[in-house]
Amino acid sequence: MNRLEVELLGKKLKNPIIPASGTFGFGYEFAEYYDINILGSIALKGTTLHPRYGNPLPRVAECKSGMINAIGLQNPGADQVISTELVKLKKAYRDKAIINIGGHSFNDYIDTAKKFNGISNIWAVELNISCPNVEGGGMAFGTNPLIIKELTSAVKRVITNPLIVKLSPNVTSIQDMAIAAEEGGADAISLINTLVGMRIDLKTGKPIISVKSGGYSGVGVFPIAIRMIYAVSSCVKIPVIGMGGISNAREVLEAMYAGAHAVMIGTQNLIDPYACQSIINELPDVMDQLSIRNIRDIIRRSI
Amino acid sequence: MKNVFLTVKENRPLTNDFYKMVLEGECSGHTAGMFVNIKLQDFTLRRPFGIADADNHSITLLYKVVGLGTKYMTTLQNGVIIDVLTCLGNGFNLGKASKPLLIGGGTGIAPLFKLAKELKSKYPNIILGFRTHEDVCMIHEFSEFGNVHVTTDDGSYGYKGNVLSYLKSTGIVYDYYYACGPLVMLKNLTSIDKNGELSLESRMGCGFGACMGCSIKTKSGYKRVCKEGPVFNASEVIFDEQT
Repeated sequence: MNRLEVELLGKKLKNPIIPASGTFGFGYEFAEYYDINILGSIALKGTTLHPRYGNPLPRVAECKSGMINAIGLQNPGADQVISTELVKLKKAYRDKAIINIGGHSFNDYIDTAKKFNGISNIWAVELNISCPNVEGGGMAFGTNPLIIKELTSAVKRVITNPLIVKLSPNVTSIQDMAIAAEEGGADAISLINTLVGMRIDLKTGKPIISVKSGGYSGVGVFPIAIRMIYAVSSCVKIPVIGMGGISNAREVLEAMYAGAHAVMIGTQNLIDPYACQSIINELPDVMDQLSIRNIRDIIRRSI
Repeated sequence: MKNVFLTVKENRPLTNDFYKMVLEGECSGHTAGMFVNIKLQDFTLRRPFGIADADNHSITLLYKVVGLGTKYMTTLQNGVIIDVLTCLGNGFNLGKASKPLLIGGGTGIAPLFKLAKELKSKYPNIILGFRTHEDVCMIHEFSEFGNVHVTTDDGSYGYKGNVLSYLKSTGIVYDYYYACGPLVMLKNLTSIDKNGELSLESRMGCGFGACMGCSIKTKSGYKRVCKEGPVFNASEVIFDEQT
């Protein structure tokens, strides 16, 4: 009996730990550091229909309790992801992964998502409507419930894999966005993406990030994430994948108490490449301390 | 890449704001041009530094105080243990030159030191550029491995001007160069001659290829300074217009 096992969208995961999109590349490079087959699943780098270079440098700025990034969805485009990146992933990772897709228009999202139908090492699509770092689409879509519902439903119609909608915290009512995704036919919700933030260089007097603002993430956003995971888990029936500043096993449990069926680890992977492995190893001891036998028993405990 | 815990054995200023730090522990696997990424207590992101020297048991860094992180580094006492990712990046291609030229500007001299040491048998020409005499350092150390030429912007030490005007005004004979320094220096160097390689500096998120925070444009697509670099062929790099 594996006490870390959870079920998500009909799939059994060895444990609830999933590296978050954008912090783990296409997975295989982390296989140089540890056996990535220990992971619950992997959310791959945000992929768009066409290749994207992303934003000019600097793309990252440090903060006291986190970082700002404005990568701008750098990726080689869906076709090359399928022909190269996923082939490399397959050699390093026996299980299936989650493809994360971004876009500027409904058609971008639809055409990109469709390409991953029938791809043997993809089991779910995560719809990124919350990236603050692309013009048009991205967060502009994810902050409007009418668009969320329509886009979710348009993508859901053309794909064969389960659909996870990734929500932005940069909204007045996260519940309204979650309900819109659920009504549009989302199979699950993941949250939170980054919060829009800015740092200014006191020497130059200008914003550090080339495109001025970017997405703030890291340990500083954890309480915001917990509150939003809790709020969304309280108002939708579909499962929630929690993320936002999680950096250790205790915080994994906290996110699951708040309603998360699984969690994603983001910024911590960039600080400690072994973060996911350490958290997985740490979980049983922390569960013992709290007299938790099976991790799936604590999902939604606080609601 | 390796994640190791290293002990500070030396940490002292060479000039007003340029420091030498020696770390001891499991340090094997470094070649000239690689870098390490250091975790500092109370700072979120690691700090990347090109290695100035390394053997199996120690690493030498030369770092400039530019912000809160490097300022904090100056306070680390001997015996302090720090979390370091080592053996990052690709390193210089040592076999390319029979008459090597090393060009370092400012903090860019750091990764050239181990390179100079390894090219000692070819007795390279080494041009080191500084703003002013107060910044000049490591001349004696570099002189053990090659013919050192020093420039300062204000002429207070050595040649008055920058490393490129010096290179143009003298007849240094070389067949391949290795350069590290400010982007504008590297860009102007490649407009004179593309037969060499450049070690680039960048703000990084992770330092090991995961975040795409340091990608640059090259003739064969975008490349990560931390993973495919930090050393690139001079003919490959596409410099931004604003550089």
